[in-house]
Amino acid sequence: MKKQLSFIFSLLMLAVSQAHAVLTIEITQGVEGAAPIAIVPFAWAGNGAPPEYMNKIIAADLQRSGFFKALPEEDMIATPSEAGKVNLADWRALKVDYVVVGKTIPQMDGSFQIQFQLLDVYKGKQLAGYSIRSRKPSLRITAHQISDIIYKTITGVRGAFDTHIAYITLTKNRKGKKLYRLAIADSDGFDEQIVYESTQPLLSPAWAPDGKRLAYVSFFGGRPRIYIQNILTRQTIKISDFKGINGAPAWSPDGRRMALTLSKDGNSEIYVVDLKTKKFTRVTHHYAIDTEAVWTPDGNALIFTSDRGGSPQLYRVELNRQSMPTGRPRRLTFEGNYNARASISPDGRRVAMVHREQGKFHIAVLELKTGRFQVLTKSRLDESPSFSPNGTMIIYATEDNYRGILAEVSVDGRAHQRLSLQTGDVREPAWSPFK
Amino acid sequence: MALHVHAKYDLTKKVEIMGKGFKYLLIAIFVVSLAGCKFSPVKKRVSDEDAAALAAEQQKQKEGETGAQDQRYGAEMGDSFVGRELEDPNGPLAKRVFYFGLDSSSLSADDREVIAAHAKYLSAHPKVTVVLEGHTDERGSREYNIALGERRARAVEQLLLVQGVSPSQVQLISFGEERPVALDHNEAAWRLNRRVEFLYSGY
Repeated sequence: MKKQLSFIFSLLMLAVSQAHAVLTIEITQGVEGAAPIAIVPFAWAGNGAPPEYMNKIIAADLQRSGFFKALPEEDMIATPSEAGKVNLADWRALKVDYVVVGKTIPQMDGSFQIQFQLLDVYKGKQLAGYSIRSRKPSLRITAHQISDIIYKTITGVRGAFDTHIAYITLTKNRKGKKLYRLAIADSDGFDEQIVYESTQPLLSPAWAPDGKRLAYVSFFGGRPRIYIQNILTRQTIKISDFKGINGAPAWSPDGRRMALTLSKDGNSEIYVVDLKTKKFTRVTHHYAIDTEAVWTPDGNALIFTSDRGGSPQLYRVELNRQSMPTGRPRRLTFEGNYNARASISPDGRRVAMVHREQGKFHIAVLELKTGRFQVLTKSRLDESPSFSPNGTMIIYATEDNYRGILAEVSVDGRAHQRLSLQTGDVREPAWSPFK
Repeated sequence: MALHVHAKYDLTKKVEIMGKGFKYLLIAIFVVSLAGCKFSPVKKRVSDEDAAALAAEQQKQKEGETGAQDQRYGAEMGDSFVGRELEDPNGPLAKRVFYFGLDSSSLSADDREVIAAHAKYLSAHPKVTVVLEGHTDERGSREYNIALGERRARAVEQLLLVQGVSPSQVQLISFGEERPVALDHNEAAWRLNRRVEFLYSGY
C-alpha cells in the first residue's frame, strides 16, 4: 500500500514537473573578439553519470554574456581535471585564452565537493581555484556561482549568472481558458517555478531589492490591484486597491517605498506609497498620461513615461525624503515620437526603454551623461526591458512567429540571445537583484 | 509552493462549478415552474370508453339539474410589452463598440452622435448602469496601454456626463492590450482592438 502510494505520488510529481514548461536558450548573435575559453568536462569520481554536467552550464553562462566564446567539447584534445595535468601547449594550439578544469567528488553524506581551477593559458598561471560543497538540487546554482567567479576574475565585473528572472506566461488550459502565470527561473531560464496563476490578466512584476518578494498587478476580481507576494512563504498583501488604475509598481532602492500609477484622482498619475505607513503621496499633476515610474539608484528621483509633450517620452522628477517632487519634471528623451517603459542601469548611468522607429518597437539605451542614444534590437515588437543587476545585459520581451518570447541583448548591442518557452506566450521579464 | 498554487486554482474551479451548478438549479426551477403552469392543465389522457362514460354522466347531471348550461374559457392575450430600446438591432443603441486611431482617444462625429443616443437612454433610465471598457492594440508598453485604454474610456464617459448621465451610472475599466478581440498581429487586427466597449448591466 505504502509502495503504491509513493508510486502514485511520483506519477503526480512527474505530471507536475511536465506541466511546467522549460525555457531554452538560443544564441542568435555572438560577439567578435569574445575571449576564447575552454571549460573542460568535470571529472566525476562516482558511479554512473554525473549528477550534473557542470561544464555545460558554465560554458552556456559565459557564452551568453557575449564576452566569451566557449570551445566545443569535441574540439578538446585532452580533458584534464586539475591544473597540474594541464598541458598549456595543447590549449595554445587551440587558440584558447583560458582553461577551466574541475571535478565533482561524491561525499559520504550524499553531498558533492566541486573543485575547479581557472588558468590563463598564455601567462601560464592559475587565476582562481575553489572547492565548493553542494547538494543535488543546488548543483546548477553552484555552476552559476562558478561562472560568476570566472566572469569576475577575467572581466573585473561582478557576474549575474546566479540570479533569477521573473516573467509572465500566458497559456490556455484544457478547456481553452486563458491562464496567466507569474513564474521565476534561474537567469538561464532553467528551473522554472510558478508563484502565482490566475485566469485574469496579470502584469508588471517588480522585484523587491531584497530579491525575496515580487510586486505585481492582478486583474483577479475584475479590476486591477497591486499585490506584494513573498516568494518563499507565498504570503501576499494587497498594496493598492483604488478606483481606476492601480499599476506599474516600482520599489525604491531601500525597499521602503513604492512608486505606482493610480487614476483615482481623474487620470493616470504617479504616486509614491510608504510601505510602512501606507501613506500615498502624489508626485505628478498633469492631465496627460503619467505612468511607468522607476527609481534612480540613489532613490532621489523617478524616471517615468508621460505624453504631456504630445507623444510618450521619458521624464525625470526629483523627490525629497517625503516623496514630494522638488521641481518640475524634466524631459529626457527626444529621439522619435515614442520612448516609454524605462529601466535604469544599476549604476544609474543608462536608461533602457521601448523606442518606436518607423512603426516598429525596439529596445534603445540612452547614456544620461553624454546623451548618446543607441537602438539595440531589430525586431518589431520589443518591449519591457530590464537590466541585469551587474548592468551588462538587458532582458526584454519580443515576438517570434507571433509568439511572445524573451530575449537578451548586451548593453553594447553586440551579443543577442533568445529564451523561448515551449508553449504559450512569455512576456514582461524582470531581472532579480543580486542574491 | 506549487501545491498552494494548485490548491488555489482548484478553489476557483470549485467556485466556477458552483456557479454552474447554481445556473443549472435556476434552469431546473424554471423548467419545473413551466411544467407547473403550462402542462398541468392538460387533462389526463383518457380512453375512449372512459370518455364516453364521462360525457354520459355529465349529460345526465345537466339534465337532472336545471337543464341550463354555461362554460368558462380562458383566452390567450399575449405577454405585456417588454421590448427595450437597447434590444433594437437597428437602433443607435445597438452600436456598443467604438474604435480609435493609433495613440488617439478622439471619437468621430458619427460615434459622438451614437454616444449621444446612449447618453439620452441612460439619463432616461437612471437605474441602468454601464461599464466602459477601454482597450488598446498590442504595440508599445503594457502599462502605458492601460493608461491609454482608460483615457479612451474616459473620453466616452465625458460625452455621457455632459449630456446628463449621472456619474454613478458609469464605471470605467481599462484592460490596455490584455484583452484583444482580434488575435492577428497586423493593422486590421490592431484597428479592431483599439476600442471602448459599452457593457450594460444585465446584458
